[in-house]
Amino acid sequence: MGLDFSVVPKFFDILLLGAFWTIAITVSSAILSFFGGIVFAVITLYAPWFIRLPFRAFEWLFMGTPLLLQLFLIYFGLVQIGIDLPAFVAGVIGLGLHFAVYNSELIQTAIIAVDRGQMEAARTLGLSRGQALRKVVIPQAVRDVIPPIGNNMIALLKDSALVSVIGVSELTLSAQRAIGRTYRPFEFYIVVAAFYYVINLGMEAVLRRIERRSQLSR
Amino acid sequence: MTASQPFIEVRQARKCYGEIEVLKDISLTVDRGQIVAIIGPSGSGKSTLLRAINDLDPLTAGEVWLDGVRVNKTLPHRQYEKHINQMRQHIGMVFQHFNLFPHLTVRDNVTMAPKLLKGISDKEADRLAEEQLAHVGMLERIDYFPSQLSGGQKQRVAIARALAMKPKLMLFDEATSALDPELVEEVNLVMKKLAEEHMTMIIVTHEMDFAASVCDRVIFMDGGVVVEEGPPELVFRNPTQDRTRNFLRKHLEGAK
Ligand SMILES: Nc1ncnc2c1ncn2[C@@H]1O[C@H](COP(=O)(O)OP(=O)(O)OP(=O)(O)O)[C@@H](O)[C@H]1O
Ligand SMILES: [Mg+2]
Repeated sequence: MGLDFSVVPKFFDILLLGAFWTIAITVSSAILSFFGGIVFAVITLYAPWFIRLPFRAFEWLFMGTPLLLQLFLIYFGLVQIGIDLPAFVAGVIGLGLHFAVYNSELIQTAIIAVDRGQMEAARTLGLSRGQALRKVVIPQAVRDVIPPIGNNMIALLKDSALVSVIGVSELTLSAQRAIGRTYRPFEFYIVVAAFYYVINLGMEAVLRRIERRSQLSR
Repeated sequence: MTASQPFIEVRQARKCYGEIEVLKDISLTVDRGQIVAIIGPSGSGKSTLLRAINDLDPLTAGEVWLDGVRVNKTLPHRQYEKHINQMRQHIGMVFQHFNLFPHLTVRDNVTMAPKLLKGISDKEADRLAEEQLAHVGMLERIDYFPSQLSGGQKQRVAIARALAMKPKLMLFDEATSALDPELVEEVNLVMKKLAEEHMTMIIVTHEMDFAASVCDRVIFMDGGVVVEEGPPELVFRNPTQDRTRNFLRKHLEGAK
């Protein structure tokens, strides 16, 4: 049986909707993973032990187990203890926290690498340690890790396909639905691959812009 | 507060790093509007003493007083943090390596702390930045980033940043040591201007000529003690101590 892409246009609006959800979940998770990464880094570096130690167990859960399992746990597992999250929200939390842990590693290293004189200058002006971190150290640390965080965000986009298993109608699930109706897996997977590629390009363009903006301030 | 108390007083300051005693029972006073230079060989404890005054390097023992208030008060941790942050607002400090905030523009470098700590409005902050930057001759660079400035310009901005908090006292730790020789003068001029405005200043420096021309008093430190102090014409021309003489002679030879 030959390839026949003529079936695709009929499902184009479904695929577009899928692309919309892919972008929505990626952007939401990226934002959560970015701010989560900062918070996690600060906890790891500065929180007292009774917060730090339990937090390390939580971190291990997100670093040491498959993302798929984490999504199942958040979506199906939490229901059992009375937390019934919409699939989209469960997906954002799973993806967001998972990548927050990776971002946190990057940000921690960058915080430690910020010149000690920066903290000293801020403290000398009368800023508290927390204020100095917030206004001086963390912005510089984050600026220094924008490129590797960007790479994590590209990985996040690709891993967003996993939320199809908990029923978020993003690109991959939309393709599967179309395939279920047409039995044309190759055509739809190729088209969806092209969608991912375009979204990827868009993301890279945005990241490059952010990088360029941060160039002057170093 | 007693009327007779000096503006700044360091009482029996001791600082140890493990076994090593870096400051050995140092006492000194500075009057309001006085300009004091601290000179001495490398490792003699000049920076440590200066950084003890705003508690950046806490003393092992001893007291620091500013304008009738003890800077390094004994307080429970939380209260002490509050107290010291308050005190530091009155003590400006300028570092050898400028330590400007590279992620902020010149304007924001100057206004960040006043905005955050004094809650001034954006408009007042702009006025403050313009005023302070004009004072150090850096107004044209107000919207530049530090990476776009020369060393001398960076140091002038760093001085403006410290002055923007309206400090009672300015500490300078080798403010010109990291600069190319041709950029030293522009920073010295700013410091001279502050001297004429009667800013109280403690200046750690290796520039004897500058110390002699600007300062009211020179303190010579060696091995963690004050070996000799007095007006510059005495300390530089007629030192009473051998260690001072040796240091000045070596320094003169080094400078040639
Ligand atoms: N964090 C530290 N740990 C251990 N020793 C220290 C520390 N900081 C300073 N010292 C020691 O304290 C002594 C005094 O140092 P300090 O920086 O005050 O000297 P200085 O007079 O400012 O010298 P320089 O002219 O080189 O700046 C030196 O012997 C130095 O090695
Ligand atoms: Mg020093």
